[in-house]
Amino acid sequence: MHELSIASAILDTLENELAKRPGARFTKVGLRIGELSGIDPDCLDFGFSALVKDSHWDPLALEIERVPRTQRCPKCAHEWRVENYNTECPACGELGTETLSGEELNIAFVEVEE
Amino acid sequence: MSQIVVEKKVLNENQRIANELREKFREHNITVLNVISSPGSGKTTLLERTLEAFPRDKRVVVLTGDLQTENDAKRLAQWGFPVKQIVTGGTCHLDAKMIERHLADWPLDSFDLLLIENVGNLVCPSSYDLGEHAKVVILSVTEGEDKPLKYPSIFFKSELMVLSKVDLLPYVPFNAELAKQNARTVHPGMEIVEVSCQTGNGLAQWLEWIEKKIAQVRSGAATLA
Repeated sequence: MHELSIASAILDTLENELAKRPGARFTKVGLRIGELSGIDPDCLDFGFSALVKDSHWDPLALEIERVPRTQRCPKCAHEWRVENYNTECPACGELGTETLSGEELNIAFVEVEE
Repeated sequence: MSQIVVEKKVLNENQRIANELREKFREHNITVLNVISSPGSGKTTLLERTLEAFPRDKRVVVLTGDLQTENDAKRLAQWGFPVKQIVTGGTCHLDAKMIERHLADWPLDSFDLLLIENVGNLVCPSSYDLGEHAKVVILSVTEGEDKPLKYPSIFFKSELMVLSKVDLLPYVPFNAELAKQNARTVHPGMEIVEVSCQTGNGLAQWLEWIEKKIAQVRSGAATLA
């Protein structure tokens, strides 16, 4: 629902990156989106395409990598991929485990023609 | 063709402002709660009952967000505490910049507690840090018990769940135990209070939770959101 604002924030960040590289042209941007981030990749792709179309970015491809949720157990150091939000440590049964990944909403890379 | 590693948070700018706000709140010793729910779960009503219960000299201030209208600010202002409406004009969430802008001409030193009522939405507000000390999510018994599973992000990030409208439990097919279990599946150890703004049941626990939070922030023990 707020994916258009997110797409707009991505382009703002790219604008700053572009300012550091005069004459460069970005062809693709890569995102890392965690499953806990609350972002729908299809909506984001739609909003992103709408903003890019006929702008000075056009054409600019979007590549989205989904990041699964992983947890770490502070007691036994076990790390695992979480299914169905069950965060109990499957190795020792500890309940208070830490989230390692899954909250990302990051710009990972841009591809550039210089 | 070359690839440049960027590794920046998309909401870097929001995060930067939120961090500044958090630092400002720390300087002024003000506790900030970000209240989030679906439209119609009872955010404004809960805040009305909260303000009503506070002593008149309580140093509290309210920011309330909506897409349109100043209706909520008018409802909340009747208790005599300073209230400001943030009309987002269509944006489905509050962001840190809106908070910064609306706080600019308020003397923060005069307050101990800032209550932020977010736009009614369980999805988008979860992405935007407002510099708050805790997010509070409200789930009403006229919704589904599986909302925590459908919208895990906000239930995961909220410290407290207020189960609201519990006076309606005899009339609706809502399994409160299942709802609480679902919330704790997404967020183990999540604190939960059950409240009816109509009968007043549970309001005392909610007010106690607020005071506990203020005490934690004062002692510097609050976990940063």
